[in-house]
Amino acid sequence: MTKLPEAEALCQQLVRELKPRVGPKTAMVGLYTGGAWLAERLHKELAIKAPLGLMDIAFYRDDYAARGLKHDPKRTTIPFDVNGAELLLVDDVLFSGRTIRAAMNELFDYGRPASISLVVLADRGGRQLPICAQHVGAKVEVPEGQRLRLKRETAGKLVLALEADRAA
Amino acid sequence: MQRNPQLNENGELQHLLSIEGLPREILTQILDTAESFAGVTEREVKKVPLLRGKSVFNLFFEASTRTRTTFEIAAKRLSADVINLNIAVSSATKGESLLDTVANLSAMQADIFVVRHASSGAPFLIARHVKPHEHVINAGDGRHAHPTQGLLDLFTIRHYKKDFSKLTVAIVGDVLHSRVARSLIHGLTTLGAPEVRVIGPQTLMPAGVEALGVRVFHDMKAGLKDADVVVMLRLQNERMRGALLPSAQEYFKHYGLTLDKLALARKDAIVMHPGPMNRGVEIDSNVADGPHSVILPQVTFGIAVRMAVMSIVAGN
Repeated sequence: MTKLPEAEALCQQLVRELKPRVGPKTAMVGLYTGGAWLAERLHKELAIKAPLGLMDIAFYRDDYAARGLKHDPKRTTIPFDVNGAELLLVDDVLFSGRTIRAAMNELFDYGRPASISLVVLADRGGRQLPICAQHVGAKVEVPEGQRLRLKRETAGKLVLALEADRAA
Repeated sequence: MQRNPQLNENGELQHLLSIEGLPREILTQILDTAESFAGVTEREVKKVPLLRGKSVFNLFFEASTRTRTTFEIAAKRLSADVINLNIAVSSATKGESLLDTVANLSAMQADIFVVRHASSGAPFLIARHVKPHEHVINAGDGRHAHPTQGLLDLFTIRHYKKDFSKLTVAIVGDVLHSRVARSLIHGLTTLGAPEVRVIGPQTLMPAGVEALGVRVFHDMKAGLKDADVVVMLRLQNERMRGALLPSAQEYFKHYGLTLDKLALARKDAIVMHPGPMNRGVEIDSNVADGPHSVILPQVTFGIAVRMAVMSIVAGN
């Protein structure tokens, strides 16, 4: 049984790491669902001025032809001007990199950011695209056929969990 | 048991032919997906890459401006290629059969057929004959159904009223000839609206309409009382020529929506109309342009709803 790191501790570690980087042009976008929970936390603790953006990349996925629209996508809301913003893009788990590719394509339909840095709670390796995260809570090894997910408990506590990968 | 012709073997939406017979989950899926597309239509770049490389054929055997245009905009915002065919002045007049027309377009690599036809059931006929990767969307067939209009009406109601479970909805006018009314009634009852009323003269009310789960009113004032939503139907001018109605003036007096009559509905009632409207026949300009009217937002929502329908069927 793999021992998973404490999501709350990783979250605090990311806050400390990101704090010196926050400037007047910093803005944050979280990816539904786990990335949005993490971003809500980071955005608050880092006291970022621009309101938090939340994104569902369903309309930019590269597996639409094979899978169709399988869940009800949430509405993307980017309540700040992306043009010239120094963006922190937040997701819970980094794996193939395909979600991040889709997210970057969607972001550029809102404008031209000055920069994008990727912030993830856990990096499980297995990249299929040339994408890497600038801020990583922890590297986590995930057994084959399993999926690493962020969960939010009723009290709002964030927890990493393994579950069987339905696609496998 | 025969499968619903709109659903594939996994119970997913393959074609959109009619709201009737669609489960609540699929209606909700379409409305939720449309909510996300509404966000896309508010951005600077109003386009997503979902249907890149797909071809949407707009097959309009009957005239339409609004519906055809909003389907075209929706398809373009999904990055599909759109081909508009005005069949009324094309092959059909040269004697080609409906299925031959479709077979020829299929040979041109179609992915989605958006069909409007004066004959009830024409889109069903096409759906039975297309290839597995081709999808049919009914854009209005005869008196039968206009499901995307029904869905955009449902989307509009949900947008302003949030929840169907306490709503009183009054649908007013020529229910007999209205495919819009039929689609909306099925949608409202499936989504759990407790009180759906239809209001109109006896001559414009289909026999046995109560079986759809609606209350029938011939007195508009009684029917509008405490309504949350008032949906006005277009009175088709051609109906005046028959024996169904005495005159437009007479109709307006009894069933035209005026500020006085609207005052009987709830204070926060919304007024809808599928368009094109006849001012001074079924609706007074003061109402159509007034604060309760959501007639123009309906058109905007129609684009997001059609984007949702196309992207759901094309992915299944």
